[in-house]
Amino acid sequence: MEFNEIADGMSAPVRKAWARSLTNGRAAMSRRMLLQATALMAGTGTLAACGIPAAKSGSQESAPAAGPDSSDTDKTLSFSNWPLYIDVDAKDETKRPTLDAFTAATGVKVKYTEDINDNVEFFGKVKPQLAAGQDTGRDLVVLTDWMAGRLIRLGWAQKLNPANLTNALTNLEARFRAPDWDPGRQYSYPWTSIQTVIAYNKKATKGKEITSVAQLLDDPALKGRVTFLSEMRDTIGMVLLSMGKEPAKFTADDFDAAIARVQKAVDNKQIRKFTGNDYGQELSSGDIAACIAWGGDLIQLKADNPDIEFVIPAEGYLSSTDNMLVPAKAQHKKNAELLINFYYQHEIAAQLTAGINYVSPVAGMEPELAKIAPEVAENPLVVPTREMAAKTHLFRSLTEAEETDFESKFSKLIGA
Amino acid sequence: MTATAEAAPTQVIPLQDRPPRRRLTPYWLLLPGLAWLVVFFVVPMVYQASTSLQTGSLEQGFQLTWHFSTYWDALSEYKWHFVRSFGFSAIATLLCLAIGYPLAYTIAFKASKRWRNVILILVIAPFFTSFLIRTLAWKTILSDSGPVVETLNALHLLSLTDAIGLTTGQRLLATPLAVICGLTYNFLPFMILPLYTSLERIDPRLHEAAGDLYARPFTTFRKVTFPISLPGVVAGTLLTFIPASGDYINAQLLGSPSEQMIGNAIQKQFLNVLDYPTAAALSFILMALILGMVTVYMRKAGTEELV
Repeated sequence: MEFNEIADGMSAPVRKAWARSLTNGRAAMSRRMLLQATALMAGTGTLAACGIPAAKSGSQESAPAAGPDSSDTDKTLSFSNWPLYIDVDAKDETKRPTLDAFTAATGVKVKYTEDINDNVEFFGKVKPQLAAGQDTGRDLVVLTDWMAGRLIRLGWAQKLNPANLTNALTNLEARFRAPDWDPGRQYSYPWTSIQTVIAYNKKATKGKEITSVAQLLDDPALKGRVTFLSEMRDTIGMVLLSMGKEPAKFTADDFDAAIARVQKAVDNKQIRKFTGNDYGQELSSGDIAACIAWGGDLIQLKADNPDIEFVIPAEGYLSSTDNMLVPAKAQHKKNAELLINFYYQHEIAAQLTAGINYVSPVAGMEPELAKIAPEVAENPLVVPTREMAAKTHLFRSLTEAEETDFESKFSKLIGA
Repeated sequence: MTATAEAAPTQVIPLQDRPPRRRLTPYWLLLPGLAWLVVFFVVPMVYQASTSLQTGSLEQGFQLTWHFSTYWDALSEYKWHFVRSFGFSAIATLLCLAIGYPLAYTIAFKASKRWRNVILILVIAPFFTSFLIRTLAWKTILSDSGPVVETLNALHLLSLTDAIGLTTGQRLLATPLAVICGLTYNFLPFMILPLYTSLERIDPRLHEAAGDLYARPFTTFRKVTFPISLPGVVAGTLLTFIPASGDYINAQLLGSPSEQMIGNAIQKQFLNVLDYPTAAALSFILMALILGMVTVYMRKAGTEELV
């Protein structure tokens, strides 16, 4: 190869070194090595610069999470939610009646995005901005309780102003008022509540009734046709309850015992697999005879296949909430508070519940719901009966060390 | 050669003597590609390399501590996931080759012009649906009470696969075989298309010539067609094997806890356990192992024609 061709684009000293090396017949230092050396030197510096900064503690009085609030001058709100999680107009699915009513009542225009498909994925998406202390461009997000708790713990959520939340303060269902990750609801308000129950296909069990989590784990008639959820809190919470432990205050030993209990069922092939929402198809076809399932899914599944039944175990069941919260540095906190407060009115909550069929956290909205959708109001999967509601349990919040340890053990359990 | 070069001196003006604008042309042409590589390959790689050597937690932050033992720990913890990933994707690749080669051969030599396009469109058509949806569809196809399982059971084939550990019980879903089927299906087009392009280039007169030299059709295939199509085979196997090794959708939807692949482990470590260093280290180990295997393979297969 022509030397000039090689040397082209090199800096003068490098070119000189090359020429010397070549003319002296000591071409030992090849171009590749030179490139490697430069890359290595540059790399070492760059590698060190890639660390992730420590999360700021949310308990600092200076409230570092708060951003400048331009709500009063800028009447907009960017609201991120899960898909199919808001009421839509029966004729025109692009219209969202309750959001339109909010805009009409307050003048705040809502940019509604359905970009949350998974708690952990969403966390992965917004983490770099939040860790760097930047605005994510979202003023209000809906996250499941433990993820909401993590954001609050890391100081990545803004404290809400109770003065703007009068409806929410009055109408929040009592059992959701003091979760240990946000006691007194200073940062978050529930959008909906989710119930984790047992479901089975009575055709696949040949008419046999399923009554407990223990039966899912042990009954030989169900061998290889049982699934649990790949969400750690749902699966372990239900198993803890079946072992007589309280998911709201279990110890690390209790957790290990629950893992061991499930591991046994994995090892002897009783449990077929751990699933996300995709259990529905197999439950309906009968490949899965029984499983742990989410109440919201079951309404649709039962409507499509009358063989599907749900059971509230005698030991109780798990309920969790999806919560609205304002991420750190978001610039329209007051507009977000207006929206939270708006959805805590009885008529609006009833309209939302009729549209999405998830349990509403708004106490006293049932009469309104009965007016617009009587059949929904009678469905215990949407409006839990008093006896059911008495059996709900919450999963306690975890410290960061516990979260890593438990998630790691659970990942091994589910094979990954 | 030298004579012509001297006769036309304009062709050999050394680069440094050319007008600067022309000297820079190749770099301007390279710029978009280089920029793309830097932003989407070099920067993420450096970031990931750094992450894999860090220690810490979200609350405390992650600092670069040159913690190399993460690699060793990750490898010893997940060695069976690696073995399983490469095993499944190797079998899937061989199946793709066995299914794809006859199909590509038919499209290239046997099908009429009109049918050729129709079949090619059919091969590509699945790409119009999402990967996830296509994999979910396999749950219906392989369902325990579905026609596939019933037929296989009637033929007692599932007892056979059970005996060699590919299935458990009288079912297909949540077994290694289901994951392999899913991988084979999802990556089949990546095998067929390169095979087709390399077969289609073969001059049919070569076949005639082989026939004139008294080669039987099979000998023609063995001595003429197959050797010429080797670049297509190499490209196809690489395009199938590499993405299949890192896939996690098939194992998650069609497998049970004992079929989880390395992609699932990386996903869990990154998203659920929040152990970013281990996730990054696992990705690097995966890349290194694939690179190693591909290098050996390319040396063996010879790829002068490929590049």
